[in-house]
Amino acid sequence: MGNFLVWVVWVGAAFACLGSGVAVISFTNPFYSALALIGNLGSLAVLYLLASAEFLAAAQVLVYAGAVMVMFLFVIAYLGDSAGVPFGGGPSWVAVGAIVASAAILVEVVVAIGLKAGGALSNEADVGAAFGSPGEFGRLFLTDHLLAFEITSIVLLVAAIGGVILGTQTRSERELDAQEAHGRA
Amino acid sequence: MDGPDLAWYLIVSAILFSIGTLGVLVRRSPLIVLLSLEIMLNAANLALISFARLHGGHDGQIFALTVMAVAASEVVVGLGLIVAMSRRRLTLDVDSFRLLRG
Repeated sequence: MGNFLVWVVWVGAAFACLGSGVAVISFTNPFYSALALIGNLGSLAVLYLLASAEFLAAAQVLVYAGAVMVMFLFVIAYLGDSAGVPFGGGPSWVAVGAIVASAAILVEVVVAIGLKAGGALSNEADVGAAFGSPGEFGRLFLTDHLLAFEITSIVLLVAAIGGVILGTQTRSERELDAQEAHGRA
Repeated sequence: MDGPDLAWYLIVSAILFSIGTLGVLVRRSPLIVLLSLEIMLNAANLALISFARLHGGHDGQIFALTVMAVAASEVVVGLGLIVAMSRRRLTLDVDSFRLLRG
């Protein structure tokens, strides 16, 4: 019975994840796309949970669906109508080529994984209850993966500084704003 | 493992990755291109987590957490660029930015 319930939850999460992924790239309004991506990230968190990655599922909801997507929604609201053109113009063979290219990537990934690991995918390792728990993450980040931990913190700091520098208004932009205000008056 | 084989997780991850690729290729708004990049990064994360489960080691999950941090940094810089472009009154269309195209 428990097994059946896991299957139902898995199939629901997988279809929600793929459906909202398609929705992200097909909505013309970027606001709806961002909302669909929140659904996508939430259903991915359910899949992470089923693959016994509890801490990552929590981090996915907090960091991604929470913080990152709120930032996206703020920027979309700030841009308003100028948030961008909907779809690629150009000749239709460009769109056909894009579809063929992404289908080719799908086939390549499936074939590569199937050839390399196809037989081994059904006998996964036995893991204890502590697998994927925050305690285990903390221990590994302060022992085996200390360098990755420190480099990640530096990357985040550099990104924050870069965001501040990109967001600062330059003098030519202030002059542009002043000109527009003058033109309106 | 109750529930589906890990092969199904990897198939979902591959389909999600190609959906993201399609979004990057057909959409012209830089915002949607960034959203599609997030989809691709998350597909890679799902594959990392499935393989971590397969081998019973934590290294894949640690890598996935690092990818999450890098994705957050990428969003900060990407959105900063988009805001800077809209401040200079440029059209937000990735086909119209041709200054670096050569």
